[in-house]
Amino acid sequence: MARAVSTRRKTIATVAAWLVALVIFFPILYTVITSFKTEPEAIAGISLIPSGTFENYVEVQSQRDYFKPFMNSVAIAVGSTLIALLIAVPAAWSMAFSPTRRTKDILMWMLSTKMMPAVGVLVPMYLIFRDTGLLDTRLGLTMVLTLVNLPIVVWMLYTYFREIPGEILEAARMDGASLWNEIVHVLTPMAIPGIASTMLLNIILAWNESFWTIRLTAANAAPLTAFIASFSSPQGLFWAKLSAASTLAIAPILIMGWFSQRQLVRGLTFGAVK
Amino acid sequence: MKLRTYLVGACSALALAGAAHAETLTIATVNNGDMIRMQKLTDDFTSKNPDIQLQWVTLEENVLRERVTTDIATKGGQYDVMTIGNYEVPIWAKQGWLLELDSLGDDYDVDDLLPAIRGGLSVEDKLYAAPFYGESAMIMYRTDLFEKAGLTMPESPTWEFIGEAARKITDRNADISGICLRGKAGWGENMAFLTAAANSFGGSWFDESWQPQFDQPEWKETLQFYADLMKDAGPSGASSNGFNENLTLFQQGKCGMWIDATVAASFVSNPTDSTVADKVGYAIFPSKEGVDNHGNWLWSWNLAVPAGSQKAEAAQKFIAWATSKGYTELVAEKEGWANVPPGTRTSLYSNEEYKKAAPFAEPTLAAMDAADITKPSVKPVPYTGGQFVAIPEFQGLGTTVGQLFSAVVAGQSSVDDALAQAQQISVREMTRAGYIK
Repeated sequence: MARAVSTRRKTIATVAAWLVALVIFFPILYTVITSFKTEPEAIAGISLIPSGTFENYVEVQSQRDYFKPFMNSVAIAVGSTLIALLIAVPAAWSMAFSPTRRTKDILMWMLSTKMMPAVGVLVPMYLIFRDTGLLDTRLGLTMVLTLVNLPIVVWMLYTYFREIPGEILEAARMDGASLWNEIVHVLTPMAIPGIASTMLLNIILAWNESFWTIRLTAANAAPLTAFIASFSSPQGLFWAKLSAASTLAIAPILIMGWFSQRQLVRGLTFGAVK
Repeated sequence: MKLRTYLVGACSALALAGAAHAETLTIATVNNGDMIRMQKLTDDFTSKNPDIQLQWVTLEENVLRERVTTDIATKGGQYDVMTIGNYEVPIWAKQGWLLELDSLGDDYDVDDLLPAIRGGLSVEDKLYAAPFYGESAMIMYRTDLFEKAGLTMPESPTWEFIGEAARKITDRNADISGICLRGKAGWGENMAFLTAAANSFGGSWFDESWQPQFDQPEWKETLQFYADLMKDAGPSGASSNGFNENLTLFQQGKCGMWIDATVAASFVSNPTDSTVADKVGYAIFPSKEGVDNHGNWLWSWNLAVPAGSQKAEAAQKFIAWATSKGYTELVAEKEGWANVPPGTRTSLYSNEEYKKAAPFAEPTLAAMDAADITKPSVKPVPYTGGQFVAIPEFQGLGTTVGQLFSAVVAGQSSVDDALAQAQQISVREMTRAGYIK
């Protein structure tokens, strides 16, 4: 009896999980479906069966070059993530293992920078970028996205590091490990799931960031977010073409997320059952 | 062998030097059919000007407006050519943000530009932007539905006639709305239509001393007429319909009439996209009986050179090419006369081939000729602009008022409440901005 109840509960939970997943994934799925429809089909109403045309992808590619914004997205997302990790790992280490009275305040202050609407600092940022020659450069965008996502990276790493027993680091210190060796050879290997998930999440955030990436670029450093924006038309509802452009833009990050889902889930639930 | 190597090296160096010498123009533009077509035809320009390369930044209209405004206000210098509307041109020119277009070439024929369009792009008789395409507004209606209902569109229709006709054509069972009008909030969306409509009802945004006029009977009559009409004969969800949504509805045969930008005529009469292409008639923007005003809607997308550009000469060369008669002929040769950018040059409307290919040519010209943005209202006003008020504050104020009026169509607010709030907000904003002392 108990086993029957347990099996039923498991089945219900599984079905519920699939339903929730489908609801969350549906907008993306529908975008992909719409990209294979003709424009009249796309506007006609909700339908899950497209005619299967590839003309939107051909049209999108003929109107704009996909490769350049794709490479810009890769460079900016990966670059900003690596720099953020380089800064955040020592910062999170010091706050997790050598906390002071002000550590919590510093963490809160870091997070508070995320609370200000980005548009509030658009003009000062634009002026700084103009004067330093960083407008429409990958370097400039990489720096901005590093700073934009740094609070989240520090917070996530701080949470993971706090799960690692401080005694292990003490033991390493007693064995004569230097600070560098302690972080690189003891702490980092233990925190790899957390670092990996932070890295993946940060790449996703940087890949999808559209406020700064559209406003601080023109023709040279514009990533895929600007590529999508260029297909929004004031003269007609070209939903199928827009869907094809969106599918091309999100496909790389979706594939990456799919293949690294184990690391992502492992990292995000790290210490959750403690 | 050695000599050949040296020669190849020298040629490569020369080629590199040549490439380094080539100027690259960055052009910011919107994603619409005419602009995309221009991007495809630029080989013609670059082959004639091998020392100039072009790179494009294409953005959605509102994002583009925000981007170029930030760039030009901060002298960012990101763009060498900007696509801007006739709302921005006089404001930016007075700020000293745009270069005067004074070297478009001897064969440019600036006098061929439509006077109304040219006037909107000039400050003190100096041209600050060249029009790429222009538009006014007019009625597009279904001739088959009119015939079925026993209606004949008058040469100069009144709002009273439009109201009666729309209600008569409406057939909810057949999913046909008598009229489709903009309801989506925004200074360039519902407020473009409502500002022009208020002009044609005898109203205005401000009086001569910049006092807002929403408490006057003309605005009450305009908004009440619009709200009642949308309720009786408009499509469902009209409060979220803008130009694009109404275009789709009309093309699908779901609207009896549509009053909007003249540029839509080429889309609704194109059999590839429109199911009613051969059943569309055109008429001038309506007015209230006894009021000699057809809204004065006039819009153009224009190419301008920001004052910060280091490549002004090359930029003007490109603008001269893109807005010339030669470009019109190039489009006609490659894509047909019906696809040439409309509404900028007088000569286009005397071209028999164009008139033959574009049945909407004459009504478009009539609509543009009827628009006078220097006298938007029958009352004396201190501003210019037809479907907008050419002051920097209008973008924000127009959008706020647009939200109030959109709420009326959505049934969330009454006409009186919306007008009272619009009046209150406008007085406050105009006082803050220093117009009202």
